[in-house]
Amino acid sequence: MLPELGHFALILALLLAALQAFFGIAGPMLGRDRWIAAVTPAVAGQFVMIGTSVACLITSFVGNDFSVAYIAENSNSALPLFYRVSAMWGAHEGSLLLWIFILSCWTVAVTIGSSRLPPRFAARVLGVLGVVSFGFLLFTLATSNPFNRLDPAAPDGRDLNPVLQDPALAIHPPILYTGYVGFAVAFAFACAAMLEGRLDQNWARWTRPWTTAAWAFLSCGIALGSWWAYYELGWGGYWFWDPVENASFMPWLVGTALIHSLAVTDKRGLFKSWTLLLAILAFSLSLLGTFLVRSGVLVSVHSFAADPTRGIFILVFLIVMIGGALTLYAWRAPLLKSQAGFELGARESFLLFNNILLVIAAATVFAGTMAPLISDSLGLGTLSVGAPYFNPTFMLSMLPLMALLSVGIHTSWKRGRLGDKKRMLLTTLVVAAVLACGLAFGIYSKGRVLTPVGAAVGIWIILTSLVDPIDRLRRKLSLPRAVVGMTIAHIGIGIFVLALTTVESFTVEHDVSLAKGGMTTVGAYEFRFVGVKAIEGPNYDGVGGTVVVTRHGAPLTVLYPQKRQYWVQHSVTTEAAIEMHYGSNVLVALGEDLGAGKWSVRIQVRPLVNLVWLAAFIMAVGGGIAASDRRYRLARTAEAPVMSGAAGEGAG
Amino acid sequence: MNRFALPLGLFALLAVVLAIGIKHSPDKGTIASPLIGKAAPEFSLPSLTDASRIVKSSDLRGRWYVFNVWGTWCGGCRLEHNVLLQMRHADVVPIIGLDWRDNDAEALSLLSQLGNPYELIAVDHDGREAIDWGVYGAPETFLVNDQGVVVYKYIGPLTQEAWEREFLPRLPAKQAEKS
Repeated sequence: MLPELGHFALILALLLAALQAFFGIAGPMLGRDRWIAAVTPAVAGQFVMIGTSVACLITSFVGNDFSVAYIAENSNSALPLFYRVSAMWGAHEGSLLLWIFILSCWTVAVTIGSSRLPPRFAARVLGVLGVVSFGFLLFTLATSNPFNRLDPAAPDGRDLNPVLQDPALAIHPPILYTGYVGFAVAFAFACAAMLEGRLDQNWARWTRPWTTAAWAFLSCGIALGSWWAYYELGWGGYWFWDPVENASFMPWLVGTALIHSLAVTDKRGLFKSWTLLLAILAFSLSLLGTFLVRSGVLVSVHSFAADPTRGIFILVFLIVMIGGALTLYAWRAPLLKSQAGFELGARESFLLFNNILLVIAAATVFAGTMAPLISDSLGLGTLSVGAPYFNPTFMLSMLPLMALLSVGIHTSWKRGRLGDKKRMLLTTLVVAAVLACGLAFGIYSKGRVLTPVGAAVGIWIILTSLVDPIDRLRRKLSLPRAVVGMTIAHIGIGIFVLALTTVESFTVEHDVSLAKGGMTTVGAYEFRFVGVKAIEGPNYDGVGGTVVVTRHGAPLTVLYPQKRQYWVQHSVTTEAAIEMHYGSNVLVALGEDLGAGKWSVRIQVRPLVNLVWLAAFIMAVGGGIAASDRRYRLARTAEAPVMSGAAGEGAG
Repeated sequence: MNRFALPLGLFALLAVVLAIGIKHSPDKGTIASPLIGKAAPEFSLPSLTDASRIVKSSDLRGRWYVFNVWGTWCGGCRLEHNVLLQMRHADVVPIIGLDWRDNDAEALSLLSQLGNPYELIAVDHDGREAIDWGVYGAPETFLVNDQGVVVYKYIGPLTQEAWEREFLPRLPAKQAEKS
């Protein structure tokens, strides 16, 4: 019964989404206030229906209802309860339902948050969100219904993909999707503004907190995925430039550009058409990410679902959504005129560079991700693009961006003079350079050319980000949340650059073959392989190795890496064992059984790698704080924005 | 031309590339098995139908055979059962079954109800044999030649069309003519 109820609720949700889209867009267009009034109930009803549907699916998962095909394929009675719940989004059908559910949550949040917006504008925003929701619901019901029954029912399930049986990956999709889907809100605001033809900076101000919040979730989601790949895939890497990773990274890059561009549009009324385009682009890349992962056009380690018919549906949907938005843009954007100008050294020009560099970075990632597909579809042979392409091209746009950041946050709007900030900037730069060289040559005593450069840039960003808030505190000025959030996020970037430089410069990695009792030395650490023994878990068995780690002879820890063989899917997963010591991660992973008691063992010492993920979380926290600034909520009370200079400084 | 239409143009180009990409994307079932072109795993397993007998891979040497992995718990296997029965009826190539992680009594009662398409059925209670064959999930069907080499692997419920398109052309001419 439950699966049918869930299915039925999903069909009702589809109808409500159609109503929401129709009333939301047609109502304001024809000036029918009663139609507009119907939008909010449609949103609420849709949320209830989708929530019911999700609850039905999760309950069926928990109750091991293997008469549902999706559950039979992705769960098992031996699977622990926590993973039976997270198995709901373990494959294509369920993760689509999750996507829809999260969109519905955002829509409800926007409905509540926009109660003070002009009703016609709010209706248009919700109408556009309704179109998105309708498309995804139709896609799910037509091609990927998670409630399809299996006849005869399976006595037991095929189990959740073992690599997904991990706490970080269990919570990764909801958080990542919250970020992805959140860009739909910015998209809806942009489309609503274009539909209305009122392209002043109001829409930009209203959009800012939503976009920043979505960006913060996306940052968290990407970091979680990278962390998972590090310890679960057993290769010890943290970023593979895998198409699925890129699919989430491109919206992040464009989203970062959008946050900054929205700030310019909000404060100065500039970059209006560019901001519109970025809002469309960020969401398009989210949709494209869904398309790349779900349609099977790109094959990758993460693609669990590959189906061409679904691909065609998503493509048509992309054409309707993105093509529609871009047509609207081509029609409306020429009406825009920016009155205000700015000097070359003003903050506007730094943010323009920020935007250009971020979009270039996103474009290089896009080119690298799409190149294999394009070459394949044009019959030019199979091409594979990896780190040798991505690392240098990405650095090329990111290094100048990082350097500009430190200067840019100290410039003022409109005027291009640094004034007394110049001396302070130089001081921080010298301090950063000295510290970086000290670190690079003093403590580590080796490294590459870019090591001191990267370290200096990282330290410089951290130092300069702190200057403005400290200055405000000293002068007893208010410290709005937007500024605090921005500062924290920028410090996060600095820490990220610093950590990345260290990891890339000083990682030591060895793949060795070790017999029982064998020893090897990696960096400052010695590793003694005690041997392996059999292990057994709730739904797997395997072998667990024991490796004693010492540092210069002094005992440090004992690591227990595992290789698990999951019973139902017969797949093997590698569980690396990791110990953190002096900020370095010491990782040991079991490779192949070489026979005669010998094993290949991967040993890796990665300094500061935890800071890479921590930095991403710091950025996300900064985003969260900035999004909660009171100014955004107050700004909504006024129909026309107050163009006072008091709000002129601050979040960028 | 209006420069604001440029993004639309670029997107149209991308849509065309994606459309071509979808057309070229591989079918779902073509996960190539690393076993293809290699010797089939050696096995020696109890027979389902005759408790006193052992099904050995060495006994099958010198003949082409179809190796079908199934179980009573598997819905897809029920779907392909009729196709297998027709194949048996056509008598082109013997079908060897691997009853995977199954209950013997249930398997026998199912075969007595629906008919038995297999010449021999090996029993793999703990699933170790299926691991050697690299089985992802039932049903999977392999074609093995007279040298004991795996020629082809089919994933999912077998259809009459797949039998005619994928299996028959791979069989030696004089054997295939019989159908």
